[in-house]
Amino acid sequence: MRSEDLTSALAGLKESRALQIARDRLNGDEDPMAILNDARRGMEIVGERFATGEYFIPDLVYSGEILKQITEMVKPKLTKEAAVKRLGKVVLGTVAGDIHDIGLNIVDFMLDTNGFEVYNLGVDTSASKFVDKIQQTGASIVGLSGFLTLAFESMKETVEAIKAVGLRDKVKIMIGGGQVDDEVRRYTGADAYGRDAMAAVALAKGWTGVIRNGENT
Amino acid sequence: MGKTPEELFKEREHRIKDAIQLKVPDRVPIWFQDLSFFPAKYAGIAFEEAMYDDDKLFAAYKKTIVHFEPDMYFNPGHAIHTPGDALETLDCKQVKWPGHGVSPHHTFQYVEGEYMKADEYDAFLDDPSDYTIRTYLPRVIGTFEPIKTLPPIKVFLLGYFGLPVSSAFVLPEVASAFESFHKGGLAILRHNSAVASFQKEMRDFGFPCSSGAITLAPFDVLSDTLRGMRGLMLDMYRQPDKVLAAIDKILPTITGLAIAATKASGNPGVFIPLHRGADGFMSLKQFETFYWPSLKKLILALIDAGLTPCPFFEGNYTSRLEYLTELPKGRVLGLFDSTDPARAKEILGDTMCISGMMPLSLLQTASPEHIKEYAKKLIDVVGKGGGFIMGPRSAMDECDPERVKVWVDFTKGYGVYR
Repeated sequence: MRSEDLTSALAGLKESRALQIARDRLNGDEDPMAILNDARRGMEIVGERFATGEYFIPDLVYSGEILKQITEMVKPKLTKEAAVKRLGKVVLGTVAGDIHDIGLNIVDFMLDTNGFEVYNLGVDTSASKFVDKIQQTGASIVGLSGFLTLAFESMKETVEAIKAVGLRDKVKIMIGGGQVDDEVRRYTGADAYGRDAMAAVALAKGWTGVIRNGENT
Repeated sequence: MGKTPEELFKEREHRIKDAIQLKVPDRVPIWFQDLSFFPAKYAGIAFEEAMYDDDKLFAAYKKTIVHFEPDMYFNPGHAIHTPGDALETLDCKQVKWPGHGVSPHHTFQYVEGEYMKADEYDAFLDDPSDYTIRTYLPRVIGTFEPIKTLPPIKVFLLGYFGLPVSSAFVLPEVASAFESFHKGGLAILRHNSAVASFQKEMRDFGFPCSSGAITLAPFDVLSDTLRGMRGLMLDMYRQPDKVLAAIDKILPTITGLAIAATKASGNPGVFIPLHRGADGFMSLKQFETFYWPSLKKLILALIDAGLTPCPFFEGNYTSRLEYLTELPKGRVLGLFDSTDPARAKEILGDTMCISGMMPLSLLQTASPEHIKEYAKKLIDVVGKGGGFIMGPRSAMDECDPERVKVWVDFTKGYGVYR
């Protein structure tokens, strides 16, 4: 019952209530891992509500802020790292020359709450940084974000760099953000264009074979 | 015999006016909403040169406008309003510009931050000018850092009795801050006078200019420049009353500034780029509470002053179109980005002239056939019965000149109303 309380307080963006429950449970000597798992379930519900149009960016930002406080509270008592089973690895970043990250971070949030291991390289990410991270992590999905139109060229260069090191067949590449559309996908040689974070999740799930008939529409 | 530039000016101005007043012009007008650094690309100079050298910048703009002959051009003083040398002199932290934080060949980009802290609303509300000068500016203008040592500006309310405080202004670091302001101001003055003579020259060549002032939605002032997106989003939950109080404080200030700027320039257009009210950026309830009321008041006040607000609805506004019908008919030029064109026409067709919507991806990379096909669709759907000005979705920095030519020529040919 208590675990449900924390999950629903976080999902319902009840900041002081969520923090109070977490504090009480921690003081009651509960396993800190269980507290984090409940918080994580709350974040998954936030992600679902965002996907259905009930929640918007401010709700993601606020829930992330609440989670951050809970994590900071719990961290000193953690004895081992969380071992969460993940659906797949995604290397994500805003491409070279572009320093915008609103869309990037929403996609990160949604992939993460949907069970993907996300390596977020941040903004102004060079093609070689993408390549290095793919090699280092063995990720099978790459997400290229860009708000400005200069990103079209950087996306194309990044796709080419991935090709040049022989990794093009090993990864699926999706692009999105700002003025990006299917015309840009054609131009850059990426595999898919996603118009929003939900599309990114659907693409990633499709590529990792998570979506089966009748599931996850 | 060809038409004189004066005749062409009248013809273009009339065409634009008809579209804004929701009448049917002789053909669909076309303009370049925010050419930004596209002229530099077209003229073959680096964006950095355009940012620092007024002569090169305006020669490039002139070359572009004379070549493509749009019915109206976007005021370059609203795209590149502060030249590189002024930004450098002042050590502006809120933007990275070509050759300074971003590549010499890329456009400038805004650096958002929590420049105003969550617990500073009371200071802001108590005395916005003092807060701006002594707390905010020292954080965003590097050379203004020493200004924070000054006593509260309102001490001068004491008049004669407050004069001893003047001694604080002669500290060497304070004096050098004012010097940088003077030097940066001179660079901006030079740039402004180059903008003005460019506009005069374009007038003589027969081309109307879009707007005489630029302003922001009150919510965006708070979000873009003061609290940052993340900060303000949290404030909407944690201290909503303070957010609304700050917006109330900002509204009359920016309304007055915009009206004064149009009077100084003699051009009634007011460009209002909108940022944080778009679909996804907040719920409809938050839009109704925090964003729309003050934006609507701003637009209505500008209309009352005889001006033409040109809000740029960046991003997608499809779910908010009904709110926009609350505005008076034929008085607003709405610039749209990725909003659904057919829905916009259906809902707003009787309210405001619609402009924009041409995908930049097509103007940058697509085949001529694809460009014409999309432009045709826009003219058929949004241009039906007038009230439409063809334009790009957003800043044209990276567009390909040949593709732009295809788009312009097609619009001028196919867009004739018969």
